[in-house]
Amino acid sequence: MTALAIEHDTPLRAAAAVARPLTGNEAIARGAWEAGVRVAAAYPGTPSTEILESLATYPREDVHAQWSPNEKVALDVAIGASYCGVRALTAAKHVGLNVAADALMSHAYIGAHGGLVLAICDDPGIHSSQTEQDTRYYARLATVPVLEPADAQEALDYTRLAFDLSERFDTPVIVRSTTRLSHTRTVVRLGERHAPPPRGFTEDPNRNVIMPAMARRRRPFILAREQRLAEYFDGATVTRVEPGDAAIGVITVGTAYAYVKEVLPGASVLKLASSYPLARETIRAFCAAHERVFVVEELEPMIETEVRAMGLAVAGKEFFPRAGELSAEIVRDGFVAAGVLAPRPPAPTFDLEPLVRPPVLCAGCPHIGSYFPLRSGEARVTGDIGCYTLAALQPLAAMDTCVSMGSSIGNAVGMALSGAERKPVVATIGDSTFLHGGIPALMDAVYNQASITVLLLDNRTVAMTGGQDHPGTGRTLRGDATHKVDYEALCRAVGVNWIRRVDSYDLAAGRQTLREAMEYDGVAVVISDRPCVLDPVKIKGPPLTVDAAACTACQSCMNLGCPAITWSEETLEGRHKVQIDPAQCIGCAMCLQVCPTDGIGAGMNA
Amino acid sequence: MNEAAHAIDPAAVAAAPRPTNVLVVGVGGQGVIMVSKVLARLAQRHDLEIKQSEVHGMAKRGGSVFSHVRFGPQVWAPTIPVGEADVLVALEWAEGLRWLPYVDPERGTFIADTKRIVPPFGCTDRRRGATLAYPGTAVADVVGLVPHAYALDAEGMASELGNPRVANTLLLGVLSTVLDFGVGEWREVLAEFVPAGTVETNLAAIETGRAWALDVAARGVLPLAAAPARAPAVDVPTGAVRLDIEAAWCKGCDICVKFCPELCLRLNAERVVELTDPAACTGCRICEWLCPDLALAVRNVASPAEAPA
Repeated sequence: MTALAIEHDTPLRAAAAVARPLTGNEAIARGAWEAGVRVAAAYPGTPSTEILESLATYPREDVHAQWSPNEKVALDVAIGASYCGVRALTAAKHVGLNVAADALMSHAYIGAHGGLVLAICDDPGIHSSQTEQDTRYYARLATVPVLEPADAQEALDYTRLAFDLSERFDTPVIVRSTTRLSHTRTVVRLGERHAPPPRGFTEDPNRNVIMPAMARRRRPFILAREQRLAEYFDGATVTRVEPGDAAIGVITVGTAYAYVKEVLPGASVLKLASSYPLARETIRAFCAAHERVFVVEELEPMIETEVRAMGLAVAGKEFFPRAGELSAEIVRDGFVAAGVLAPRPPAPTFDLEPLVRPPVLCAGCPHIGSYFPLRSGEARVTGDIGCYTLAALQPLAAMDTCVSMGSSIGNAVGMALSGAERKPVVATIGDSTFLHGGIPALMDAVYNQASITVLLLDNRTVAMTGGQDHPGTGRTLRGDATHKVDYEALCRAVGVNWIRRVDSYDLAAGRQTLREAMEYDGVAVVISDRPCVLDPVKIKGPPLTVDAAACTACQSCMNLGCPAITWSEETLEGRHKVQIDPAQCIGCAMCLQVCPTDGIGAGMNA
Repeated sequence: MNEAAHAIDPAAVAAAPRPTNVLVVGVGGQGVIMVSKVLARLAQRHDLEIKQSEVHGMAKRGGSVFSHVRFGPQVWAPTIPVGEADVLVALEWAEGLRWLPYVDPERGTFIADTKRIVPPFGCTDRRRGATLAYPGTAVADVVGLVPHAYALDAEGMASELGNPRVANTLLLGVLSTVLDFGVGEWREVLAEFVPAGTVETNLAAIETGRAWALDVAARGVLPLAAAPARAPAVDVPTGAVRLDIEAAWCKGCDICVKFCPELCLRLNAERVVELTDPAACTGCRICEWLCPDLALAVRNVASPAEAPA
């Protein structure tokens, strides 16, 4: 291993450093920029999206930042840059790493020529995800180190450190964030950018080409690397003992550290930077010095299990839950249950009527028009990941399944070929999700001659995460014009012969086209075509109004689930008539089409 | 093991300095994040440590939005524990009620706009006599539950200033009387965060909110500007309905089936309309009115026992 200029563990900032409030995600981006990252790629996913959006605000000549169609492509792009000896970053949400996991496993063997960092954001509490999973299992599975910052300052510092460790130990490095860290803004002291000069590609097939013989040779290196990293963390200043009362010791990492400090001021704390590999000797000494030791970590008992395997007595998940996001209250309750803290007087309870306010599709959302014709229940409808997953809920209730990014089409093929589904099968998938993981499944449908309909919801953005660009929008992350995927040509190229395009707002055309598609023997693609009403531009047209005299309170328009339509105070035969909120209504006119009494229009007598 | 020997001294826990905790809540698009950013900037000007935490994603789509703002010499957890909010600022009435347990029961202040944003979910009951699913809790019901409360029709007051969208700034004006920052600072920081063309209206709004709060505090009156109206009682809850079908008159045109809002009609094997789910029929009469052959009729019946077989 050649000697490298290592900055880690040394003060990164001048004494009078500039301070700025940053979210955890913005701090990760800043840390990457300061570390001299040259290439960054990602697919949007809450809570990780803002890392790349933030990196794209740094000068182009410093860093190439891009959206990729999915997380695996993004990691492969970063690996390519690392092959050429420049620093590279990919960012993803926890389930995004599932998609990129294949490349990560191989790259753990190949190693990092230029520093390679994966910023992965977990979502404890499942604020906006399909699962609650602990990325630290991936670190262990791939035998790569994982750094867990506790706040935005550490997010910046650890990201810088991660690049140094990546090159020093010849490994990709994971920086693990969580929703709470990614979206919490704190004042962060900034540093300067120090970009190491590009080292260029090193022609070394034994190292760069993973094959059985190479992998077998590399395996002992990986195990030795794990040991060297454990030793590094034992000696590094980022592994920190904060001495206190010798009776109680708490081992903690990441945001859990903040909760421990909140509820146990003055306790003795061992704050780790990494849950894998562990600073084993530091932990051994810490346990020996305290009568009772707790491990407080969010989600899975990664540290706890390993510390127990070392033969040390610690308490953890019997007091602090595995499921859900931690909070000061939950950590306090755990220490109360453990007899460490005195119970608090119970908080006052309020006997108030609760209000249910689930997320809804926006007023005028084209997905409403796409799914409305499927409300009848004539088809078996597979769904996918996006805002439109909300169509599974009342009142649309037009979706039967949702699994993972791009699953809708493969699921539909399996249903159609199962011989057990009488209804026609319709796969519904957003434009970005289709490009992410739907294309191979569409090929599968044609190849295996499944008779399915694919309803492609083309709203020309990644709406769910706040309106990002993708290969179907014709614009890059930095807003440059680029080629735009031609969905019709793409579908034809994989063998789809029946393709129609409909206006999402034309409910009758949507229904008729879907009916024809479902009758077609083979793969039929219907492209439902309308831009998202929020991105890239907020759409607002003149609002429609309800003629109260004509409204019969039949509730047909309420079946759209449009948030601009609510009950008015007038009733007919005991049921509420409707009204339209002019501030929310964009004038899409879908409600006008479903009104059986022509009671909705522009400038009706309100 | 002697558990007591391992306990932390409660006095030490109680003595730890606590940051100022402000919880800002509302509905997506109302400006919750703007309010919390203003607070964070004010705290930053005083070189205080700040944590401002929010959740994005699903929450944006018309759901509840919240932002925890904590500042002080030392801030640890990014979120405010239950019962520790010094101030709860609610941009929408029911959202304020939802977060009420977070208000410090000994010294907390509740500042709420009485504006009601009714979600479509509140209008889903199709039965006759159904009422809006929105809390009927009135302002007067809440005032006694928290140490300090201000409830005002901020949107109405903002409309009088010429822009209903400055309602959140008006609430900031009320908040400014509770926190220790100088009036001038609020004005300076606010000017940084609002669109250039709206600075004047926003400054007027902060002044209006501030004057209103100081006035009610000085006069010791109940701190309410307006109470949200309760939903009026609904007329004629006329018991059950029954759909009568004259099968011989039905020619199977399918019109009623396609227009039924509850999807509870279908054509049977003989292409004659039938009711698939009597419980789903709300008696809206759309089928009755649209049938070209008068084959369907909704009858009011006195009791569910007379409802369709």
